[in-house]
Amino acid sequence: MTDLTGLLSWVLLGSGALFCVVGGLGLLRMPDFWARAHAAGISDTLAAGLILSGLMLQAGFGLVTVKLVMVLVFIYITSPTAGHALYRAAHAHGLAFGADTRLETEQVGEDRGAD
Amino acid sequence: MFSVAMLGVLTAMLLALVAAVRGPSVFDRILALNVFGTKTVLLIAVSGFLSGRPDWLDLALLYALVNFVGIIAVLKFVRFGDLGRDDSQSAS
Repeated sequence: MTDLTGLLSWVLLGSGALFCVVGGLGLLRMPDFWARAHAAGISDTLAAGLILSGLMLQAGFGLVTVKLVMVLVFIYITSPTAGHALYRAAHAHGLAFGADTRLETEQVGEDRGAD
Repeated sequence: MFSVAMLGVLTAMLLALVAAVRGPSVFDRILALNVFGTKTVLLIAVSGFLSGRPDWLDLALLYALVNFVGIIAVLKFVRFGDLGRDDSQSAS
């Protein structure tokens, strides 16, 4: 049982580290801001959840796990909120879309006119 | 195994720093800053376990809150050029 918990914790920590690196690479390699925001926003929350879950399995029941759950809840609330505020600000600012990206609504309504 | 997670988090922080320096628009820089802040929370948590003293989680909790407020403050500053703008004079 303890071995199983340790193995699961190792898998969670390792995949969290992997998603950290993947998110950083996406932040560097994606073509425009909206794709970068997509890569960073998703991998950010996922990596935080995976790594903190792995730490929870290591800590066992106790005050440390309560603190880890609080950190996880705060990250899960604040990180998408900050991201949403950032994307709204960028969209209101009129940041240009790249050659391969456009809004979903522009695909639905073709007769929407030029912006 | 904590060192593996720490290595991944540190690599992501390095990549986020490079992206923050390189990013063409100010929003790219703020996005990289947001990633950097979240990774800092993870780094504090993992390093507490790595050194056998998980008491540092209080710092991680505090940093998660400060990071959110900081991102919103920077966004408002970029939008309005002022943090203490009087909203009663002009609407939005």
